[in-house]
Order: sequence, then structure tokens, then C-alpha cells
Amino acid sequence: MVENGIGASLRRKEDNRFLTGKGNYTDDINRPGQTHAYLLRSPHAHATINSIEIAAAKSAPGVVAVFVGQDLVADAVGGLVCGASVTGKGGEVNKAPPRNVLTMDKARFVGDPIAVVIAETLAQAKDGAELIAVDYTELPSVVSTSGADAPGAPQLHEECPDNVALDWELGDKAAVDAAFASAAKTASVDLINNRMVTNPMEPRAAVGEYNSGTDEITLYVTSQNPHVHRLVMSAFMNIAPEHKFRVVAPDVGGGFGSKIFTYNEEAICAWAAKKINRPVKWTADRSEAFLSDAHGRDHVTTAEMALDADGKFLAMRVSSKGNMGAYLQLFSVSIPTLFHGFLLAGQYTTPVIYLEMRCVMTNTAPVDAARGAGRPEATYLLERLVDVSALEMGLDPAEIRRRNFIKAEQMPYQTPVVQCYDSGDYDASLDKVLANADYDGFAARKAEAKGRGKLRGIGLSAYIEACGVAPSAAVGSLGVGVGLWESAQVRFNPTGGVTVFTGTHSHGQGHETAFAQLVTERLGVPVENVEVVHGDTDKGQFGMGTYGSRSLPVGGVAIVNACDKIIAKGKKIAAHTLEASEDDIEFGEGNFTVAGTDKTMSIAEVAFTAYVPHNYPEGVEPGLDEIAFFDPLNFSFPAGAHVCEIEIDPDTGTLEIVNYTAVDDFGVLVNPMIVEGQVHGGLAHGIGQALLEGCVYDDDSGQLITGSFQDYCMPRADNLPSFNVDYAPTVPIHNPLGVKGCGEAGAIAAPPAVINAIVNALGIKHLDMPATAEKVWRAAQAAG
Amino acid sequence: MPTVSMTVNGQAVSGEVEGRTLLVQFLRENLNLTGTHVGCDTSQCGACVVHVNGDSMKSCTMLAAQANGADVITIEGLAKGGEMHPMQQAFMDNHGLQCGFCTPGMVMSAIDLVVKHPNPDEATIRAELEGNICRCTGYHNIVKAVQQAAKVMGG
Repeated sequence: MVENGIGASLRRKEDNRFLTGKGNYTDDINRPGQTHAYLLRSPHAHATINSIEIAAAKSAPGVVAVFVGQDLVADAVGGLVCGASVTGKGGEVNKAPPRNVLTMDKARFVGDPIAVVIAETLAQAKDGAELIAVDYTELPSVVSTSGADAPGAPQLHEECPDNVALDWELGDKAAVDAAFASAAKTASVDLINNRMVTNPMEPRAAVGEYNSGTDEITLYVTSQNPHVHRLVMSAFMNIAPEHKFRVVAPDVGGGFGSKIFTYNEEAICAWAAKKINRPVKWTADRSEAFLSDAHGRDHVTTAEMALDADGKFLAMRVSSKGNMGAYLQLFSVSIPTLFHGFLLAGQYTTPVIYLEMRCVMTNTAPVDAARGAGRPEATYLLERLVDVSALEMGLDPAEIRRRNFIKAEQMPYQTPVVQCYDSGDYDASLDKVLANADYDGFAARKAEAKGRGKLRGIGLSAYIEACGVAPSAAVGSLGVGVGLWESAQVRFNPTGGVTVFTGTHSHGQGHETAFAQLVTERLGVPVENVEVVHGDTDKGQFGMGTYGSRSLPVGGVAIVNACDKIIAKGKKIAAHTLEASEDDIEFGEGNFTVAGTDKTMSIAEVAFTAYVPHNYPEGVEPGLDEIAFFDPLNFSFPAGAHVCEIEIDPDTGTLEIVNYTAVDDFGVLVNPMIVEGQVHGGLAHGIGQALLEGCVYDDDSGQLITGSFQDYCMPRADNLPSFNVDYAPTVPIHNPLGVKGCGEAGAIAAPPAVINAIVNALGIKHLDMPATAEKVWRAAQAAG
Repeated sequence: MPTVSMTVNGQAVSGEVEGRTLLVQFLRENLNLTGTHVGCDTSQCGACVVHVNGDSMKSCTMLAAQANGADVITIEGLAKGGEMHPMQQAFMDNHGLQCGFCTPGMVMSAIDLVVKHPNPDEATIRAELEGNICRCTGYHNIVKAVQQAAKVMGG
């Protein structure tokens, strides 16, 4: 048994620096001779730009340079790209309207960057920006998801008639329509998946630096995937060739999807650093983050279920629109299509499913992946529709789920919407969560609450997600522009310490600890002798980064595979030293041993021998340093069942979550303490969406109403309960480590559990998110 | 430009600042104490909380000039002799942090909370931390950490 290996709730290695103020975030980095950039942004949601007058700004005190879009175009800097090409109805691929780093012809959302002022101090840059005169002709704008494609709606891009970027469908429409025509019962719900602002606590930032001696650019940036940042900026934006371009993502203060993408300001810092031959720094203030970070969700949906007389699901039909914002961000149209549609079977045996999804452009910030990315939207509509179906059938919500579950013995299970689930026992997780939440005792608790004048409700959510993104061939065939393998390098240093390079990036997930545990488990090296390095394109080989709960299921396997190469080579060295046949060498708990003897050699001794190869096997290279790339064979399918129990004060609409019980299947837990923390954070995100958060643009002016933490309600400590978290693991047949992703599950599972509890308490069919006190109060009054 | 002088983490410091310079800017930019973070521009998030004359204070809500002569403690000044403050240790023991960005402000607020409420129950902890936003942890483990630290600090 290896100490501090897989399964140990080891305290985190990274915590010492974070707790003592020694973290190194991008805004903490200052380079000699540094200048400061400030972006002038459009105050209008939609406007033609007639002229931009920058002379006064250029001569303002401390201003070093002022650039507009043409300056970058003149330097052959390419625009921001959409990395997805998804094929829609009629074989038509999504439109991809161009986007310059600084817009030149039109401003298409409030916050669209127009010009950059670079000055000795940030205050001088801001003062300089006030002197720029932009002559705009304001245009009518459209911000609503449902209204974007209406006749006569203002048009954003010539390339997108009717503001439609993509009309996409999935499934057999004729079969679904036929099933509905003959169904004993149907259920239907109209719902809105509210737009969210991702809001990692660290705002985005970038510092660009140019070395004229080597002609190299270095960009320090708040990125979840520094190699992808470098690739995009090199291949599509012409900032610098990859071998002359270093991208460093140091400590990053949360990502949740919004730091995947390549942004205007980051390209500007890298490009301008060379242009003015001085470091250029930009840090978003929170208001800029609200305006310019990619947002999430924002679907408007009608979902219908056809049922037989026993409540078995016969078919599901979904019609939806997804808001893409003013420009297509990196993943953009792939999120409401592939990452959404492929999850619509959920945990159920529904034989036929049809989805039509229209991706529309609006005068709002771009919308892209945000914690869960498509899967929360799918789970929300499905788990709401299942509860509405239960209501129609007069069945208990737990019972209708059981009648329709895919059974454990049916695994692997091919759904009608592409995905083939590799593992899962949905009855087991439901049984466990009902027991843990004392579901059977709810009626008594409800009655007791009624005596106190409170409305008590209980809600279920049974979710599955597809993460661990992803098999390269599968995503490639669907139109994703990259391969989603992961890489690792495991390097023994001559004196026995191990340095591990991973292509994933940690921005809160604790990889420096959990990945070290993998190495300790496999190689028997004390965990304190293992250092995990990430986030610097000059240190590690190419990697795809962290999103879609992929780091452990994909990156972790790459690390273990590199460890196995170390062991294989170590056996040759040990066999030579111990004068035995390689076939007779066994490895375990850090020692190479000749089977059946006491002749043994530690892996540290083998490492030393590899670097001082005086007595060494013929034909074996010196050194002990191995690289592995892992391309998964399937997605990872975490699943589970959650129960939310709430109490409403009908006089005020205020709501308290009195119990939240989660049972999840994440397979093997490498560090249970970290996994539980990921569940908590995901739940907070999901409960935030259900109760508090909602990004609002004004319908008339297109202005962002919720542009600060004063207006956009983030979950705070007194909005949330403590959580009851448990597990019901199964074995994923495609993952060599037996692990599944866990970072997004809570954000996926929680919204329908919360809303199902609220509608249960109120005795109504549906209530849209966020269920604010006002909305709940109105619903309670209407329900009597 | 005016000169401000104060004691930061037990050391006398002074520096020239513009009138509009905030205390958090003075700490981060003049003193290079980058452990104190800026997470918003409306004094909502609490990432910048430090102690000023013994009280927790959002250092983005006061000008550096207003702290002239004050005794300021930042996250860098908590550990003594290489040993963490009980609150720092409790955050580590209970996994009360993930990305670490809100953590300095959260720890500084939590210490003040326990000083003012020596035996806080869960509801008190949650109410008192209302001015500190964390996006990673869901607060569950932060509450546990404060409970542990309160026991140590009280004893």
C-alpha cells in the first residue's frame, strides 16, 4: 500500500503559497519598462463607426501609443476565430462572420473594443482614452434570444441573414412525430435557460513582452490552456510563429470556461509589446469583465415528451434557440448543438429524440462554454420535462424516473443521440440519494412546515453528463477544429526527485496535488518528491488544457502512461544491475525486485544509474524521462441523483434550501477531499443559476443592466446551505484509471433539482430561473 | 504628489502617491504586496480585505492617504516564524480554497469575524462573510475552516 497515493485526501501542495499571499497571478506580474493598456469600448449596442479621432489622445500626458483596428490589419494581424464548424440542416455549415481584434466598421455590442491606449500608467491610459472622439451612427439593436430572428429584426452581420448562424437538427423527426401522434399522454414545458456571467474571481489579464535580441514574444495570460492560446494566436492571428512565442498561464484565479478563449486584449498585449518594444499590461476591471468575457447558457426552449399509459417515455421533441452573442467565440455553435443535443437522452431509455436548435446572433457579448457548457441546458430541460410528465401522469417523480432508467445491466448503452454510455447504475444512485435525503419522511416535514406557515418542497434531478473531452476522431468528425488528446512528461531527476509536466492547466482544481498522487501511486515515490509543472509553453510539450472535466480522465491517464514507460525502462536497467533477466524483474512500491529473491533496487537508484550509466545495459538510452500522449476512446460519463429540499415564506417569497443531498458517480476518487470541493463549487454555481444569477440586457437600448456585482447576484455564503455529498461509483470501461470528471457535475445537476423543489412547494407546473424572491412571491400569490 | 506613511505588517513604510491612489493600489503597486487582490470595482467582492487598526477593511474602499499613520496587516503579515496563523491552517486543513484568488480577503475577514464573534455558529459565519465572494468552494469548506479556527483561536 503506497502512502498518499490514489484515494488519499492529501492536503494540497499549492495551498501554502495561496494562503500566505505568495500566489503569482497575471496581474501580480510586472516587467521592467512596462506600459499599461486601456481599451476604449463601444457605449452603444449597435452603431456604425464613421470615424475615430485619436490625435488628442496620442499627445496626452504619458501616452505611448494609440492603436485602432486598421493598425493591426496593416500588420497582418488576423481576426479572432471560431474553432467550430458544425453542419446543420441541408448540410450547411455554420456561418462564421469575421471579427477584427478592434472593430472597424460597426460596433455590435456594448463593450465591443474600438481602440487601445497604451501609456506609462493605467490612469494616464484611461485619461487618454477620454480624448478619443468616435463618430457613431446609432443603429437599432436586438438582444433577445427569441426575437433575434424575427422579421425586421436589426441585422448584425451580412453573412448571417435573419441573424441565424446555424440551423441544426438531431434525430429522426418523422419517427418522433409518429410517436407523439399515437401516444397515450404528452407533456410539454416552455422554459428559459437564463444567461450567466461566468465570473471567476480573478478578472482576465495579460502582460506582453518582446525580446528584440531573440525576436521572441512572451505573453503572461489568464488562460485555461496556454498552448491553445499560442496555437490560435500563431496559426490564425499571425502574432508570432509558435517557436518564437511563449505563453505563460501562471496562477489563474478560476476559469469556469471563460478563460478558454483567445480574447482581443490578449492579442493586443502580445502584438503591441513588439510594436512599441516595451512590455504592455492589461487587467480587466470587473465592469470590463461583465462586458467582455464570454457569457454562458441563454437558451429559449420548448420541450415535449410522449408517454405510454404506464409513464414510459416514447419520444422527446425539443425546439430551441441559443444566443451566440455578437460574434462567434472559439467553441460557440458547438455548445448548444453537440454538447447539448448529445446529452438529451439523460439517464432514460427514450427510444427516439428530435432536437432542432437555431443559433442566433444578437447585440450582446459572445456566448460560449461556461461550467457544464451545453450539458446544464440539456439536463435542465430534460429533468424539468420529466417532472412535468410525472405531474401529467400522477406519478411520483422518483417512480417515473425508475420506470424509464437505463438499467445497469444494459451498459454499455447506445442512446439515440450519438453518445454511447460506458457505465452507470442510475437506480443505485437514486436509491442512495433518496435514503440519504430521507425522501420517505418528506410528507411529515412538509406538514410540520405548514404549521409554521412555510411551504416546503422537494425536488429531484437525475443527471448524466459527457465530459473528459474527448476522442479526437469523434470530435473531429463533428467539426471541432482540434484533437482533444492530452500529453504528459514524467522526468526523474538524477537524485530521485520527479518533475511531471502536464498539458492541462490548474486554476483551482488542485492538479499539483492530485497528479502527484497518481505518480506516487504508480512509481512509489514519496509525494513530496513529485512536482507537477503546468502553464508554460516553454516548459512542457504541447497540451490541450483544462475544460470539459478532462484533466484527470485524459491528462491523468497520460501521466500514468508515462509512468509505465518509466517502469518499463527501469526494468531493463534494474535487470542489468541485478544481473537478472528483464522478465524476472517485478516492480512495486518503488522497488525493482528479482522475483522470488531479496535482490532489489529502488527506483531512485535506477534513476541515478540512468544518469550515471557506467555499468549499463547495451542499447538502452541514458536518462529516465518519458513522454506519453493519451487520446481517449470515449467520453467520460459521470452521473448521479440529487435531491433539493426547500422552504418558502409565502408572504415574502424568500426561500431557504434546508437540505441539499447529492449522490454522484465519479468512478475512482484520486483525492476525495478535492472531489468533494469540486462538487460543492459546482452546486453553488448551479444553485446560483437557479435562484440568483441572470444576465440582463435592456431590450430597447441593448445596454447591459447587470454590469457589476451590485446588479448581478453572485451566490454568497448566506445564500447557500452546507451540502450532503456521497457517491455511488461504477467502473468506466474506457478509462484506464477508472476515473470520471467531477468539476461540472454540480452545475449540471443542481438547477433542475432546485426548480423542481420550488414548483413542488408551490404546486405549480413551472417557474423560470432565476427564481428570485419576487418571482416566487408572485407565483405563491397566484397559486393561492 | 503627497507622501503617505503607515505601518504595514509591522514595518514602517512610506511612499509618494497620487491623491486618487487607493490603499489596495499602494499595497500592490508601491509595496509589491500582491497577496491582496482586486476582484471587482464596486467594493462587493472582498478579495482586497486587509486589517486597518485591527478592523477588517476593503482596501479598495479607502484612499492610501486615509490610511496615513495607520497600522495595516495584510495576508503576507499573518504567518509568524514560518508558522501559519490558525485561520490559514484551518483553510488548508478543510480545503477552504481552490483557485486562491478570494482567499487572502476571505482569511482576513474570517479572522476579524472570529475576533468579534469568538464562538460563531454556522449562521453567524455565513452572515458575516456576506461581503466576500468565492466562486470556487460553495463556501461549505470555508465555514468548516472558520469553525475549526475559532476553536483554536478561542483556546
